[in-house]
Amino acid sequence: MQGVKEKAIELLRSKSVDRVVGWKAGEFFYDLTPAVFTSVPEVEQSFVWSVFCAANLSKYLIAESRRGGKVAAFLKPCDTYSFVQLVKEHRILRENVHVVGVQCAGMCDMETIRSHGLSAVTSVAEQDGALRVETLYGARTLDRKDALGEKCRTCKSKKLAVYDELLGEQGCDEDNGRFLEVARIEAMTPEERFAFWRGELSRCIRCNACRNVCPACSCETCVFDNPDSGLRNKAAADAFEENLFHIIRAFHVASRCTDCGECTRVCPQHIPLHLLNRKFIKDINGLYGPYQAGADFDTKPPLMDFTLHDPEPSQAAVRGGGV
Amino acid sequence: MKQIAKTELDTLFAAITAEQKLYIPADDSAGQAQFTLWRPGLALSGRLNTARSAKDLFFPQVENLVGFRMHAGAIERVETREEPEDFVIFGVRACDCRSFSILDRVFLSEPVDTFYQMRRAHATVVTLACTRPEETCFCAAMGVDAADPAGDVTCWLEDGTLLWRANTEKGEALTEKLPMLRPCPADAADAQQARTRALMQKLPLAKLDLSAFGAGKTRALFDRPEWASLSEACLGCGTCTFVCPTCQCYDVEEFRDGSSVRRFRCWDSCMYSDFTKMSAGQPRPTQRERFRQRFLHKLVYFPENNDGVFGCVGCGRCLAKCPIHMNIVKVIKTLGVTHA
Repeated sequence: MQGVKEKAIELLRSKSVDRVVGWKAGEFFYDLTPAVFTSVPEVEQSFVWSVFCAANLSKYLIAESRRGGKVAAFLKPCDTYSFVQLVKEHRILRENVHVVGVQCAGMCDMETIRSHGLSAVTSVAEQDGALRVETLYGARTLDRKDALGEKCRTCKSKKLAVYDELLGEQGCDEDNGRFLEVARIEAMTPEERFAFWRGELSRCIRCNACRNVCPACSCETCVFDNPDSGLRNKAAADAFEENLFHIIRAFHVASRCTDCGECTRVCPQHIPLHLLNRKFIKDINGLYGPYQAGADFDTKPPLMDFTLHDPEPSQAAVRGGGV
Repeated sequence: MKQIAKTELDTLFAAITAEQKLYIPADDSAGQAQFTLWRPGLALSGRLNTARSAKDLFFPQVENLVGFRMHAGAIERVETREEPEDFVIFGVRACDCRSFSILDRVFLSEPVDTFYQMRRAHATVVTLACTRPEETCFCAAMGVDAADPAGDVTCWLEDGTLLWRANTEKGEALTEKLPMLRPCPADAADAQQARTRALMQKLPLAKLDLSAFGAGKTRALFDRPEWASLSEACLGCGTCTFVCPTCQCYDVEEFRDGSSVRRFRCWDSCMYSDFTKMSAGQPRPTQRERFRQRFLHKLVYFPENNDGVFGCVGCGRCLAKCPIHMNIVKVIKTLGVTHA
């Protein structure tokens, strides 16, 4: 598929780069792990590019770009927005990274496949736009879109925000209705909305996977982990404080969140965390004009900037025909 | 052996609930199974296992230990402990049931953890044999028989019938209060057991080789260079720890409001940067050491202190849930290859 593995081999063999960040084969066909490859034999043995490469590799480049030498990274369109945003925040050292952009048709997600009642899956193969899923208990065909993770079902763009070289074609912005679910929640009464979020967030087990995977959460030590901050929050005083962790995090990443969707992908309790971030993105688009975090190296995120045209705080209170 | 039609499960659950609280695996709003307090109409999940493990019922994520308050110039001790009511946990799989015996070794050895002990004493465990294991299952490698789980009562669901076998006095006592259970032949589950055991052998991880692990292997494994690559992508989150049925570490902290204190314990994760942080600092400064701690604890340190028993039951939750798909099986397979 697109010569991704071959490109990794070529880059290492020609010594254009010292390391390659990609995905490593697992125990099964789907359980790929982000990995750093330093030799051609390593790549030949275990580098994989497949429909299960959902993990966003950009955050790993914070450390990898500071390790000396040159590192190549394979970035899907959505991953490039995180990359650009992290370069803008001076977290990734751009000059040390060779970005190989890889066009993407959407990544499958094993938890999504399992959610269709399929268990003990032994293989997934693409067949005429559909997926043939073999299990120990028989086979079934799924529509490709039904096997995609949430972030791919509502893909915002196939346009890469940055690349040094590109495998496949440059794409365009997509319209997959990523704000429809936000609009549905906005249409609820305040009581319904409160109940909805209480229900969703009550499942949180505070494993911090959403925060730790989030490219916008790149503080060296999170206040919630720092025993000296007075805010360490391994357990919540009450159930509502647990909910607040996610709300505070959404505020913290607002206007910097690129909507990469990793938070929802990794949540073991299947909480639709991306909806909090999308609500912010939708509001920012409405209040400050359309803005896509990580789409370019120049613009400042609206909430980190000040212009005379910025909306007054009171506007936020009345938006959407509210109070 | 007793039996009841699957269509009569509600009657059975209602009868249990009349006596005590009942928890069953039921699908949550995201479609995952979770142990849930039964109420009329709540359906038994069709999924193999719960997303969170059954340990939650005995070792909750957050638990108050004791309180203090200032009163008339003196510090007064406030009892926060609540004696739990008797409860039944139905539908526990063989792996999770084995995890109780692992947790017992930790919490019921001296000094006994009376909070855990109290919940264990009040609980009746009703297990449910597996028939459709997942590819992530490797309980057989950990010596668990998915077709014949332990527990106070063991159940099998077969052809629209629930088979019920009491194993202990607690199990007998519960059975006596459930007249809707009718006698059936003692070998009613045999055919299903044979099928499941054959299936378990066909699973991709059935032959997982653990010979490189166990008591006394610390020196052979501690400095293996592979820890670096195994841990390099680890996010340092607590997912594996928190869905694990045998992870047992907790932190003790306090909430203070100026005049009173509530001391509680909460699950902790050896994957976290402040885990077992001491006045001298953090004993495991990078994710490599934290990662190594988690797996050596399960595969070497625990068996060393517990008659060779591994601190893992092969439930496969960490395989399914790790955000980057790193897990105990990959560790076992990578380090199981011995150096020449």
